[in-house]
Amino acid sequence: MSTPFYVSPQQAMADRAEYARKGIARGRSLVVLQYADGIVFVGENPSRALHKFSEIYDRIGFAAAGKYNEYENLRIGGVRYADLRGYTYDRDDVTARGLANVYAQTLGTIFSSAGEKPYEVELVVAEVGTEPAGDQIYRLPHDGSIVDEHGSVAVGGNAEQISSFLDQRHRDGMSLAEALKLAVQALSRDTNGTEREIPAERLEVAVLDRTRPQQRKFKRIVGRQLSRLLEADNAAAAKTDEPSDEAPEE
Amino acid sequence: MEPNTRSTGRLPAAFLTPGSSSFIDFLADHSPELLPGNRKLPEGIVEAPHGTTIVAATFPGGVVLAGDRRATMGNMIAQRDIEKVFPADEYSAVGIAGTAGLAVEMVKLFQLELEHFEKVEGATLSLEGKANRLSTMIRSNLGMAMQGLAVVPLFAGWDEGREKGRIFSYDVTGGRSEEHGFAATGSGSIFARGSMKKLYREDLTEQQATTLVVQALYDAADDDSATGGPDLARRIFPIVTVITDEGFRRLTEAESSELARSVTERRLEQPDGPRAALL
Repeated sequence: MSTPFYVSPQQAMADRAEYARKGIARGRSLVVLQYADGIVFVGENPSRALHKFSEIYDRIGFAAAGKYNEYENLRIGGVRYADLRGYTYDRDDVTARGLANVYAQTLGTIFSSAGEKPYEVELVVAEVGTEPAGDQIYRLPHDGSIVDEHGSVAVGGNAEQISSFLDQRHRDGMSLAEALKLAVQALSRDTNGTEREIPAERLEVAVLDRTRPQQRKFKRIVGRQLSRLLEADNAAAAKTDEPSDEAPEE
Repeated sequence: MEPNTRSTGRLPAAFLTPGSSSFIDFLADHSPELLPGNRKLPEGIVEAPHGTTIVAATFPGGVVLAGDRRATMGNMIAQRDIEKVFPADEYSAVGIAGTAGLAVEMVKLFQLELEHFEKVEGATLSLEGKANRLSTMIRSNLGMAMQGLAVVPLFAGWDEGREKGRIFSYDVTGGRSEEHGFAATGSGSIFARGSMKKLYREDLTEQQATTLVVQALYDAADDDSATGGPDLARRIFPIVTVITDEGFRRLTEAESSELARSVTERRLEQPDGPRAALL
């Protein structure tokens, strides 16, 4: 019988974290931004059918980077959680905070249980309020922690770089076209600082729009509407400014 | 080692099991006590408010579904302004006759079932699929129906594949049948159907179709004590909904009051309503 090697708990956790982080970093990044009328989700996704963003409930949206089968599982779990809660109590009683908590507990338990492989996912749960001040964005890393984000957030591949790019340029009260332009700009910067073009058909865009008359505020932006918005920001960009082109600090 | 899923606050295993896109299936698995069909039936007869008449009619661009506002309990009027017509999703609606409490619960679950499927699958069910789900739900209520607590809905929607409005009617056992042209359910349905039989034409406009269903409800209220007519004094008017390729729309209070007023005014001259040709 062979004696197992001793691995310190610190080392074991560090290995698991490293494993999860690497898995997440393999996926493409996505960003979630607040704009004047709600929250916009933007990501690069060559697939039309396998979504990174989806609706959880009336005012709650979900975004995920990492391994598809794992976040898809969590997404469906979230939809079931929200629908069950809304059915037992009321539609108003389903909140992003509650959902984020459940996700954090789930990810945390899986991460620290030695019998299970840590999930290689990073989630964003966002809820649009009736006023911009009521918007909530939670980022949920692989280990079960929750980060309450404001303004903008990026997850996936080179999330850190994109986040700092967004932090410098995002401001409150941007229009949808402006926010979309900023998001695409952020996503098209490679790790080495060069820019590449992301064509509209490779973009997945969705919004939680507080001005939507329906109870369900989640809406995908596709096809003509998307290209119109992208053109609108090109026109606006030509008119307005250069100053947004300062070199980003690394 | 089976992780203890409840004490850690993580999502229980049933939430993360892949497979079903049905909320009802999930409930049956995770908390069966919440499903209406799983409740143990008490002995005896209970008296509860009953909703009465629902009518529907198709026209070339869609379908209208309307209901009166009365709920009765024996010979008493239990509620004057009950709402019995609901959107099921963006392209369909359901109107219910029968035990009001159970019916409202069934509609709530049905709406959720459609929404849940849409969110999980990223696509909506076909109109037939929706009609079949409703059928299953009514069937699970059979035990209650046998104690006098029946729920009998009328389901109408826009079929995107066939590009037309369609109506489905049900019986208490969940039997489903598609109705062509017009349909009615509930205590006043006999009179409403008779009325529509004489007034219905295949080339109605949307405006005419809404008038038709209000006429039918008026005739039902005329002869059935459990159906409420337009209440001008209290400003309670029938609920009229229209489903077209643009989706579900409920006529506003102003529109339905205008409609009910014009029908009522004509009836002051002709109490039995418009006359159909004899031959």
